[in-house]
Amino acid sequence: MKSLSQTAMDRQSKVQRLALIGVAIIGFVALASAPLWAGRADLRLLMEALSFLALAQMWNLLAGYTGLISVGQQAYVGLGGYFFFALAMFTAVPVLLAIPLAALAAGLVAIPTAWIAFRLQGAYFAIGTWVIAEVFRLIAAQFPALGGGSGISLPVALVRSIASSRSGIELVMYYMAFFIALTSILSVWVLLRSRWGLALTAIRDSEPAAASLGVNIRRVKFMVYVGTAVGTALTGAFIFLQKLRITPEAAFSVTEWSAFVIFIVVIGGLGTIEGPIIGVILFFLLRDLAADLGTWYLIGLGALAIAVMLIDRRGIWGAFKARGFPNLFVTQRTLN
Amino acid sequence: MEWINVIVQGILLGGLYALFAAGLSLMFGVMRFINIAHGDFIVVAAYLLLVMVMTLGLPPVVGIGMVVILMSAVGYLGQRILLNRVLDEDILPPVLVTFGLSIIIQNSLLEAFSADSQRVPSGNFATASLTFNDELAIGVLPLAMFLAAVGVIGVLQFIFFRTALGRLLRATSDDPEIIPLMGANNSHVFAIATALASAVVAVAGTMLAMKTNFDPTIGPSRLLFAFEAVIIGGMGNIWGTLAGGIILGVAQTIGAQIDAGYQILAGHLAFLAVLIVRPMGLFAKAKG
Repeated sequence: MKSLSQTAMDRQSKVQRLALIGVAIIGFVALASAPLWAGRADLRLLMEALSFLALAQMWNLLAGYTGLISVGQQAYVGLGGYFFFALAMFTAVPVLLAIPLAALAAGLVAIPTAWIAFRLQGAYFAIGTWVIAEVFRLIAAQFPALGGGSGISLPVALVRSIASSRSGIELVMYYMAFFIALTSILSVWVLLRSRWGLALTAIRDSEPAAASLGVNIRRVKFMVYVGTAVGTALTGAFIFLQKLRITPEAAFSVTEWSAFVIFIVVIGGLGTIEGPIIGVILFFLLRDLAADLGTWYLIGLGALAIAVMLIDRRGIWGAFKARGFPNLFVTQRTLN
Repeated sequence: MEWINVIVQGILLGGLYALFAAGLSLMFGVMRFINIAHGDFIVVAAYLLLVMVMTLGLPPVVGIGMVVILMSAVGYLGQRILLNRVLDEDILPPVLVTFGLSIIIQNSLLEAFSADSQRVPSGNFATASLTFNDELAIGVLPLAMFLAAVGVIGVLQFIFFRTALGRLLRATSDDPEIIPLMGANNSHVFAIATALASAVVAVAGTMLAMKTNFDPTIGPSRLLFAFEAVIIGGMGNIWGTLAGGIILGVAQTIGAQIDAGYQILAGHLAFLAVLIVRPMGLFAKAKG
């Protein structure tokens, strides 16, 4: 029989969870209806935030659950962007179809890449992925048809093919960003609740224990690496559709697509679905507040990431959870 | 003859890369810890020399000595105050903390020195060269740097395998949990290792400052060169690291000879080729 205080805690936890679900529903409805209430500039900001959310979910899945700390995911942002530009400009594939195709193409590249990168472990893997991303950046700069080192703009006609009016184009783009972010969250959630998720959480908690229980660690890591590459490239293709211009430096930027994304995940809470969401909100709030500070903002961001590691490396959501706060996205199995 | 020149230049460049790599390899060897900000520390040393020579007007040799002392002290304190607190089985905290440091250093340098490219003048030393014939000329400065790099690596080898400190560092590397039982203090040993690595970084950074132009953003690519030299040479082998640096340097100069745009790419591809053929590096000593 449960004690009285236990029941009180359960009740408190239930109220908190309901409140959380309420907040999530409000957030969902607000984002789903954003084109109705947000101005053009706000909409662009939201698109960017949603893109970062998707990137953060992918990195979180990779690092938080399989322990593959990559600082080279910009490889797939860049490949997604470049494959998208190439498909849209040099083939008859419609623009909106070119985005998922670009993601699949990047996934194909991820297969041999994983084979090479997995020869390195731990911290060596981290730097190795970065070298590989640099290789892709230098190769991308070697294609004159794609603008070489100075980059290229997406032809206006292609952008116009999405919708007839400027506001129509923006509407389509916004819902693409919304769809990509939502898919990233839901796919991670569904994955974690499946048999695979059980293997992933087991690997996260202890690799030797997971292996001894029959989890094929190498295969799981390989699948997750390739899967997150596809998700990252999908987001990358969208990001450069929105930017309308791609250069090797922007496409394969380690600061933008690795440092910021990693900070978002870690500050929010690694190994949780809620963490990247909190991290993205915080990141964009800070950026908005400190827009005029330039380099000082980046210095502060670096300091914040260090502070999280020193104070509570579980991040904001991890610290909440440790104090008995309920999850929004339940992935654990509990025995009653 | 042209190609001999290319290869000689590559070997000389490789000495500098080996120096970049030695500090990284030392910290990883003792603490199983990769410093993402390693390249940025090299750039900091370069800027420190710039301040010593250009602002304070010190002779370069004195400046280099000051930078070595300063960097070692900062390395020791930084390890004790910050890095020791995030070292454990989990590799993410040190990766993240040094990633944060990297961003902080790059942007602070940008704030302090602007994005302009800088160079520390080294007088006629910089342009003097030993001419063998029409096609082969070896610059005195690159040659001196190469010899200094070999010297520094020799000193590291000596410290590691011939002194009490080296024995302590190797023992800590083998089993950091047993060593405190023998009366050593891991925090102190780690900080000593970082101080030693920082001294090497200081030498590497000051050489970089005299050899080429530098700006606040070049750190990350120096980290990658250092890392590649370590992996090509094989982990745990300090002379292997020198060989790794040389292979990387030669690959880069050969790439540059074919097309200026291929220099860095050729180095990366050489690294990936070694990784595919011999994942443990060409001269690996350590197992696992």
